[in-house]
Amino acid sequence: MARPNSSSLLALPFALVLASFFILPLILVVVVSFWDYTEYSLIPDFILMNYEELFYGCFDWGDGLCTTFATYLSTFKYVLLTWFFTLVIGFGVALYLVFCVRSLKMQIVLFLICTIPFWTSNVIRMISWIPLLGRNGIVNTSLISMGVIDQPIEWLLYSGFSVTLGFVHLYTLFMVVPIFNSMAKIDKSLIEAAKDSGASAWQIITNIIIPLSRSGIMIGSIFVITIVVGDFITIGVLGGQQIASVGKIIYVEMSYLQFPAAAANAVVLVTITLLMVAAMMRIVNVRKEL
Amino acid sequence: MSKKTQENTIGLSRRSFIKGAGTLAAASMFGGVAPYVMSNEKKVLRYLGTAVNQDQAIAAKAKEDLGITIEYIPVTTDEVTKRILTQPNSFDLVDTEYFSLKKLVPSGNLIGMNANRIKEFDNIVTAFTKGEVAGKKIGDQGTAPKKVFYKDGETSKNFSSTPTEWVTLIPTVYNADTLGIRPDLIGRPINSWAELLNPEFKGKASILNIPSIGIMDAAMVVEAMGEYKYPDKGNMTKQEIDLTMKVLTEAKKQGQFRAFWSDFNESVNLMASGEVVIQSMWSPAITAVRTKGIPCVYQPLKEGYRAWAAGFGLPTTIKGYQADLAYEFINWFLSGWAGAYLNRQGYYSAVLPTAKANMEAYEWDYWMLGKPAAKDIMSPSGQKLASAGEVRDGGSYETRMGGVACWNAVMDENRYMVRKWNEFVAS
Repeated sequence: MARPNSSSLLALPFALVLASFFILPLILVVVVSFWDYTEYSLIPDFILMNYEELFYGCFDWGDGLCTTFATYLSTFKYVLLTWFFTLVIGFGVALYLVFCVRSLKMQIVLFLICTIPFWTSNVIRMISWIPLLGRNGIVNTSLISMGVIDQPIEWLLYSGFSVTLGFVHLYTLFMVVPIFNSMAKIDKSLIEAAKDSGASAWQIITNIIIPLSRSGIMIGSIFVITIVVGDFITIGVLGGQQIASVGKIIYVEMSYLQFPAAAANAVVLVTITLLMVAAMMRIVNVRKEL
Repeated sequence: MSKKTQENTIGLSRRSFIKGAGTLAAASMFGGVAPYVMSNEKKVLRYLGTAVNQDQAIAAKAKEDLGITIEYIPVTTDEVTKRILTQPNSFDLVDTEYFSLKKLVPSGNLIGMNANRIKEFDNIVTAFTKGEVAGKKIGDQGTAPKKVFYKDGETSKNFSSTPTEWVTLIPTVYNADTLGIRPDLIGRPINSWAELLNPEFKGKASILNIPSIGIMDAAMVVEAMGEYKYPDKGNMTKQEIDLTMKVLTEAKKQGQFRAFWSDFNESVNLMASGEVVIQSMWSPAITAVRTKGIPCVYQPLKEGYRAWAAGFGLPTTIKGYQADLAYEFINWFLSGWAGAYLNRQGYYSAVLPTAKANMEAYEWDYWMLGKPAAKDIMSPSGQKLASAGEVRDGGSYETRMGGVACWNAVMDENRYMVRKWNEFVAS
């Protein structure tokens, strides 16, 4: 009797879950993106209309950006901003936790403190910014009463600023955890040796710590980028529903029962996200370095 | 709806498709579907609708009077439509708006309501049945209820232009919508829809982010600015949609809008916090702002109101006992207590005589006749809405409903409109 391959048996439950809740729905989405639709029904078909409408006017350059390109541009702007700030802050926090906090107990305590905001819901943390940043919010009223400004600052809320702030606030931890994890594995004697050889702190960071925590940086980046690419709630709530995102367009189409159009949008979004992740995996071989 | 489209959809309707996909997923996971047993012992109605209409007090009173437990399923306006089309077994009773009927009736997922089983049917206001208020025709642009009131059979997928015994929805509540303003922050009279895009309110205006309603408000503005006169604001051509969205897009680029809102509470917060001083708004939202002690006016405008109407419908799949319960609840709803409750929120109930019998004379005078309040006017939850001597914004029922210019609508070019709306948001 052939011995069953025990490792594939272990993987089987998760493979089944992935197949039925991820692969199958994804195939359905691709299929539906070629269907026709009316206000109240889906019509099985094979048409390219959903994609044609999606890219309508995109390749006639004279007329400014088409909706789809403008939306992706706006989405990528926030992806880039969020990625940059979460990376800088996340890297800094991890660096402090691993190399500046000496005792392991203290490291764990501080690390847990970082997770405390996650005890409240995502949406609550997002909405809490509104009374703070509003025209008559705490920030504006404090600044006015301190005499720093005469007029409330309008761009604090429902702006690119508040959206970026919200994203950074919500997702920095996704950067901290994997970077912390890979930094903790760095052999401390490497740092000592570098110091003894006369390396400056900056040289240690750029020549030793960053290269050795590449896998953590990459995993954190994948988390943050894939979350922000598909977001529509944060952009909606903190952007006053006035800022375009791909997720938002899909949401509007879904609420008007235009499932095939939404599916076409989703297929394009998934493709672009996969390409981005693939490109990042090229830069760093995460599996090898874990 | 053309025959051709219907034949095409027979093979795999959305419903059977989703059911099939669901069963497939469930079967692959658990090897079968557990039998779903529904107990007939308990009197429970699953009531699908928007949160703004689902008042706990109404459910409590229904429980007390009828012994029926109302289980609210609160979702957004668009989501109600989506649920009816994709999950028609997930509710026993739906409270939806007339404008979505153009999508719902052709799907066959809602059954015709039997007018003979509705006690107060003959007392339903003429705004629904004839499009008249006090004997005078009112605006019927858009999906006016009279256009989609009857079906030509219980399970038919077609509307009937002549009265039949099969009604699409039993009317419950309706209102004439206009702009809400903060008079304390504006400090001058407002009397035209054009003010919404007045640069004076740059960064302090808002519209709702429900495309089909938002574009109607925009159309009221375009007409008020004298840019264009629509043959039917509720059913625009592609060129008219382009024109309307162009006006909105320019305003957005100039920074006219502070935010868009898509849910009742958002509109209340925008207004109460002073982020916005002029915006399209719903009547109970005005009430909610006022009960916080913040001045807020539901400003009547010279171009008229954009009206909406809602009613009860039943899913085609409903069974005898559940249907009896639903009719019992609907008859109770029209019998006065709920109607009075709605009137006190600033809505109008579909059957006025029974509501009148459940209201104090001074309340009726204030809410319905537009007379100065003889005493302080209280909300149903007991907060003060208006002091003695004040007059309701917009005046009497006849002035307000008589001043309706158009109704919430679904356009023939809806698909194009949604695309344009996404373009507008991205601009």
